[in-house]
This record gives sequence, structure tokens and C-alpha cells, in this order.
Amino acid sequence: MKSRILTRLLVAVVIALASAAELTARNDQSPIQNPQSRDEATILHALNRLTFGPRVGDIDKVRAMGLAAWIDQQLHPERIDDAAAAAGLPVLEPAPASGEPRELRRFARQQIQSLAAEKILRAAYSERQLQEVLVDFWFNHFNVYAGKGRTAQYLAEYEREVIRPHVFARFRDLLEADAKSPAMLFYLDNWLSADPNAAEWLSNRDPGSGIRDPMVRRSGVRPRPFPRMRRRIPDPGSRFPAARANAKKRTRGLNENYGRELLELHTLGVDGGYTQKDVIDVARAFTGWTIDRGGTFRFVAALHDPGEKVVLGHTIKAGGGIEDGERVLDILAAHPATAHHIAYQLAQRLVADEPPAALVDRAATRFRTTGGDLREVVSTIVTSPEFLTAAVRGAKFKTPLTLVASTIRTTGAIVTDARALVQTLQQMGEPLYMCQPPTGYRNTADAWISAGGLVSRMNFATRIASGNMPGVTLPANPPPADLALRLGSPEFQRF
Amino acid sequence: MNRRVFLKSGAMAMLSLGFAPSFLGRAAAAVGSRRKLLIAIFQRGAVDGLNMIVPHGEADYYRLRPTIAIPRPGGEARGSAIDLDGFFGLHPSMAPLKPLWDNHSLAIVHACGSPDNTRSHFDAQDYMESATPGLKATRDGWLNRYLQVSSDVRNPLRGIALARTMPRSLAGRAPALAIGNVDEFGVRGADAAFEALYEGTSDPRLRAAGGDAFAAMRTLRQAAAMPYRPAGGADYPTTPFGKALAEIARLAKADVGLEIAFTELGNWDHHVNEGSVTGQIATRLAEFSRGLAALAADLGDRLADTVIVTMSEFGRAVAENGNGGTDHGHGNAMMVIGGNVRGGIQGQWPGLGEGHRFEGRDLAVTTDFRDVFTEIVADHMGVSRDGVSRIFPGYAASSRPGVIRI
Repeated sequence: MKSRILTRLLVAVVIALASAAELTARNDQSPIQNPQSRDEATILHALNRLTFGPRVGDIDKVRAMGLAAWIDQQLHPERIDDAAAAAGLPVLEPAPASGEPRELRRFARQQIQSLAAEKILRAAYSERQLQEVLVDFWFNHFNVYAGKGRTAQYLAEYEREVIRPHVFARFRDLLEADAKSPAMLFYLDNWLSADPNAAEWLSNRDPGSGIRDPMVRRSGVRPRPFPRMRRRIPDPGSRFPAARANAKKRTRGLNENYGRELLELHTLGVDGGYTQKDVIDVARAFTGWTIDRGGTFRFVAALHDPGEKVVLGHTIKAGGGIEDGERVLDILAAHPATAHHIAYQLAQRLVADEPPAALVDRAATRFRTTGGDLREVVSTIVTSPEFLTAAVRGAKFKTPLTLVASTIRTTGAIVTDARALVQTLQQMGEPLYMCQPPTGYRNTADAWISAGGLVSRMNFATRIASGNMPGVTLPANPPPADLALRLGSPEFQRF
Repeated sequence: MNRRVFLKSGAMAMLSLGFAPSFLGRAAAAVGSRRKLLIAIFQRGAVDGLNMIVPHGEADYYRLRPTIAIPRPGGEARGSAIDLDGFFGLHPSMAPLKPLWDNHSLAIVHACGSPDNTRSHFDAQDYMESATPGLKATRDGWLNRYLQVSSDVRNPLRGIALARTMPRSLAGRAPALAIGNVDEFGVRGADAAFEALYEGTSDPRLRAAGGDAFAAMRTLRQAAAMPYRPAGGADYPTTPFGKALAEIARLAKADVGLEIAFTELGNWDHHVNEGSVTGQIATRLAEFSRGLAALAADLGDRLADTVIVTMSEFGRAVAENGNGGTDHGHGNAMMVIGGNVRGGIQGQWPGLGEGHRFEGRDLAVTTDFRDVFTEIVADHMGVSRDGVSRIFPGYAASSRPGVIRI
């Protein structure tokens, strides 16, 4: 009874302290900034949504620059010098020359660890904050799971060359880069997808007969004896070349995984009005889009289904080869459902879990009128009245990555070794690059508010505030006594 | 054909003779209708079901596995299968489970698996945990959907995974916890102040989840007040898996409201040097079986209200490969243990002859894994027909494998 009253008293004191802090925010060097004016509240909101959380002094910087100018600068990351942040990133180990399975597994673990550390450090320290927010967004939109087979080997290139350069590009270009990326081809099995007739024809060849592999011959590369092909298209799960060589022949054929997720997740959305027939014809269009032994995209004509396809009412004539897939990407990128789906997803990340319909419509229109220019779509959203309205402030719930990064940023902590933070994200349920389903990690509150999750967050706050997080150092001046409570508070979980 | 007839009549005979585990009567007397518990154990990496539950009556088994087959019962000094019914046997490392077989508390569903033919660990685990084979975008796991449909009670202790991260099976909208162990769960320092902050927040979702968290902490702190002493002479392996099982028993006995428990044991992907009566698989199965036997012993009377089900994403090829191992296959064996379990070999055995194999190489699937899950949630956990259809969307069990007594 008595302790209960004491607790309530303590809370009253904490709340009073928080309010007091709010009033003195301008000169307060305390780690969590509180807005003083309406103008300041607007800037704080913009910082919350367009960065991984404000640092001490950020509000003043944006005010000095002007909010509109700052947003415009964030929309053009190439204009922002980011050399200091880039210098602090871990050096990635090159892929091992040998294909020895044990070595490859070790490399994969190491690579995932390094990239996870890099993601946290970029979120915490990059000056190109909106770019990094959107890299996280698009990675999850086009999620790949590093725990599946060889995906980890393609991961660094995937984020560096497919995702990051395209977050302000045309959606069609992002979509094509993704469709041709070894990471996505492997993760959603398209690299194995073949015209069933071609596969049957191939498997009926007698390996000992000396008949040349037609897929190689037709694509104009020096012919190789048939057994080579088996090595090029092995069972993705079978990790040992010798074991593969001994395995019985596999039936190869059409694989719909990529086709389905391309429609449902990457472009039209689940209610985008496509049928199972569309899924099959899209999958047929992408047969032959595979990965060569050097780990790069390659179109193999012999695996391609040459017949006519009909996708969303568009007829794709027989014999189009690689053009079939390109044509599908054109159709999907230009489809109104895609514009709406992408606009909705972006508005959901930047504005509210259930974004205002009028805003989504305007952003979708902008998508269509600009040929899918993602910079224009994001700009439409973040300069809209809906984005700035008071109703959506603090309405989003932080993902574990956003929580960890915003904690580093608000405390001004120095991260010398991100491994403990990588582990923290695992414990909070967001192991980076290890999201199994193609849906990626969601950014909505219902995905993250849980009893266990809150306990992890409170413990994280306590560890940071007490200096017990290995590799993380708080600035020299002693932290405020209530830092743990503030970092673990309900308010700090929202943004 | 004969095989199937034998299985069916064998099972009938046991029923009609009235064999029942001796503890059932005791348990029924000791408690009224106690809460039902389901313990799901995932063997990640695709255990070789044919060396786990050995079809020693199949000549093809020995022909196709010249170096790794488990010898016929009593066959060799180096070790051999422990006979179950004259056709199947347990791997010799699984001797700790033989008493459960003998008192009819262990059911085995062989040739069980997914209608999807993927041989990717990732996809197959995903499909088994979401229980929607072929559908990747299912967001929640089947065990979480059980929690969603079976009760409106807000208690994250209804579903607990003894795992560092929430497994796909238990992930979803219903509150559930993933914990490393019981003693660790809590907020170190300032928990009263944190609790008050969450009680006082204006965000109803955070207030509710915070309430769940602190209620769970208090309950678990009570449960963990005393060091845990397993009962029934339970001899858990001193491994993370053994510790996880002991924690599950501890939670079950602490009456925290546990209905679903989950844990996992990996390292079954034996492409190279799988071993036979000794070697890698023997070591793994020894830990696995010792753990399960200890859990059953530790639960004691509570086993009457408990079903333990083991699963693995797919089986392994019938023939051994050139590296003394096995490659990814299709059908596998699931084990179901509990007081209310109908012991014996259930399901249909497709045979290992060339014409009976899946794609010419793997054990065929004759029982959809969802049929086993369905029977457990319907007949053990008591979920309504409507609830079952929500746990397994778009699927209606095609058979009743008969692992639960009704």
C-alpha cells in the first residue's frame, strides 16, 4: 500500500520534471528535446518522421535553415556531405574465393553482422537521414531474407546498388534493378524458374551422350557439356556440391513465388485486381531470369517460356525473350493500383498507420503524372498539410531500429562497436536482414506493441542510461537521473 | 496393403483390450478439468525421419542406405533399432522414449508432411509454422492463431516460446512471450516507476501492453521465487534444449495460465557424415529423446492434460548420398506424446519402393501435417469447428490421423 503511494508520488515527480523540461527546452542540454513553440513542434515532428530522431541542436539547425529548405535538402541527399558518417562504417569482407561450404557459412554470418552494424551506424550518424529512412522502408518493401541459402552473399550489393541509389529514382528503375538482383532472384526462387517444357527437354538428355547444353548454346556462350548445367542450377538447399552431384534429378519447372510477390507486395498490392492466371503468366514471363555462376543476373533463353502471355489484360506476344519480363515491369509500374499501393505505403511510413485517403490519392496522382518519380511522391507527402497536422504527431510507434537509432541520436552517444546493438535488435524481434517473409518488417504499431517488446525496450533504456551497453559511450557529462525512464517511457516509443 | 491392415487392426486391438496408461486414472482423480497444454517442439534443419523412426521391415531402406541405415532390431552388437511393432523401430539413441511407447503415450505419424514440395529449409519451415503451405504472405503463426480464437483473456503467459526471438509459429496479434528463461524476464531497476509511466499513458495500446508486461513479470517472479527442482527423477540434458524444456515444465506447474509452449532444437541438416547408430544423428537424437523423456517425467500427472508434438520442416531423401549423409527430401515423422494420446504408429505407410517414392526419391507424404495439428487443437485443446477453420484458413483436414483419444 505504502509503496504504491510512493510509486505514484515518484511518477508525479517524473511527470513534473518532464513538464518543467518542456518549458526550459531551449536552453536545456538534456537529451530529449521538447518543443517550446508551435513552430518548434512542427520542426520536431518533421525531424521525427524524416530522420531517425532529432539530435541535440537539430531543431535550432533546421530553424536557422528554414523547414522547407531543410526538407528539400533531405530530398536531395547528393547535396549533403556525408563523408564523416561514411568514414565510420565497418569495412565489408570480400566474398571468399573458395566455395567451401563451411567458409561460405562463416562469411554469411560475418556479412550479416557487418551489414547490420552498418545499418545502425548509418541510421544514427548519416547526415542523409531521409535517404536512410527510405532505404529501410524500401528494403522491407523488397525484403530478402539473409538466412536463405546464398542470399547473404548478394546482400551488400543488394542494398548498396539496388535499394539505396533508387530511393529517389523512378519506381520503374527500382523495380527493374530489384527484378534483376541476384538477392531477389535467389530469395524468391525465380533463378530456378523454367519453362516446364524446356526443363523436361533438358532433363531427358542423357548426360553421357555428349549433347550440348542448349541454354548455353543459344545464349551465345561457349558451349559446355550438359553436367555443367546441374552445377549451375543446383538445389538451393543442398549446400554441398558433391552431395548435389549425387542427388537424383530434380523436376524443374515454373516457380510462381516471385511472380506472386511481385504483384501482391512489390507493385499492385493484395487488392490490386489480379488473378491467379496473371500470377502464372507473370511467372512465365520471368522464366529464364536467373543468376550466372559469377553471381550476376543473366537471361537464359533456353529456360524461357516462349509462348504468348496475357497480363492484366495486356497481351505479350510470343517470342519476346527477355522483353517479356521488361514488358511486365512496364505494365505493373504504370498501373494505377501500383501508384496507389506505393503512395499508401509511403504515407503509412511517413504520416500515420492509417494514412488520410485524400493524401494517398494526391500522392498516387503525383506518382502517375511524374512517371513514378519517387522523389516527387515523397515530396508531395512530406510537404502536405496532412503531414504537418497536429493530429498525426507522435502517432507512429517506433520500430526497434528506429528506437535504437533515435536513442543514440538523442543521447549523443558514441558507438564504437555496434555488435551489442545488433543483438539488442534481435532481442526486440527485429534481427536485421533476417526477416523471413517477403512482407519485410512492418512499420505499424500493431506489429510492434507487445508485452515482451516493451520489457526489452525498458531494459534497453536502462542499459543505455547506466552505461552498460558494450561499445556505446554516453557523452562525458553525467546523464540526467531520469534518463532511463525517459528513454523507456511510452512517449519515447512514439514519434 | 497388408501393412495398412495390420496397423489398423493393431491399433484396434490395443483399444479393445483397454490398455491405458496407468497414470490416467490417478490424474483424473487428482484434478477436475485442468487447463490443457500443448508443447510444440521444432527440429529445425530437417531431421532424417527414416533414421529416427526406422522402417526396419523395408528391404529398400537397407538397400538404399548401405552405410547409414540403422540395423534391424537385435541385429548387431554395435547397436540396432529398438523394435516398436515388428516393422518400425526407434533409433537406439531414443531408448529413453521406449517407456512412453510401452504405456501407449507415444504416437508416431510417419510419412507426414507438407503438400508443398519445396526442399528449401526456409520455405518449408515458414509453411509449417504459418500452417499455410504455399502461401508466403501469411503474417501470423498457427499457434498464435490458436491463442486468438480460443479465448479473449489478455494474458501473454498463455503462449510462451523458450527462445531468444519469437518463433514464426507463435508470432501474431495475440499476446505471447519469447523468453530465454524464466529468471531473466523482468525490468532491472526502476520497474515501479516504469509501471506507473505506462499506467499513466494516454495511449490505450501502450497502457494495455504495459499492463500485460508488468502483470507477467509479477507472475513470473513468483514462479521463479524458488530454484526449480524437476520432479519424477527427470534427467534433463544440460544443454540449452534441456534447460528450455525444464523451464516449460516449471511454467506449466506454476499455473501461470500457460496453454502453448514452444521450443526448438537445430542442427539436423546432415548432408555429410550423418552417422548411424553412432555419429552426428545419434548424438542429436540422444539429447532430443532424453529431453522429451525428462519433460514427460517431470510433468507427472500433468501429462494427462498435455500434448507434446514434434515437427521438422521436411524429411530427407531415402537414399544416402555420396558423403555418408542425406539430402533434402519430403515426408517425415512427427511424434505426439501425452496422457490422452493414442499411442502407436498412426497414419499410412506408403512404402519405400521406387514406385511409391515421391518424385522417385523421397518418402511420400500420406498425412498432411495440418491434419495432426488440427486433431490436436480440436480434440485435445477443445477448439470449436469454427475456431479450427480460422486457425487453418482455407484448409479442412482430409483425415483424422488418430493421435488423440476421443
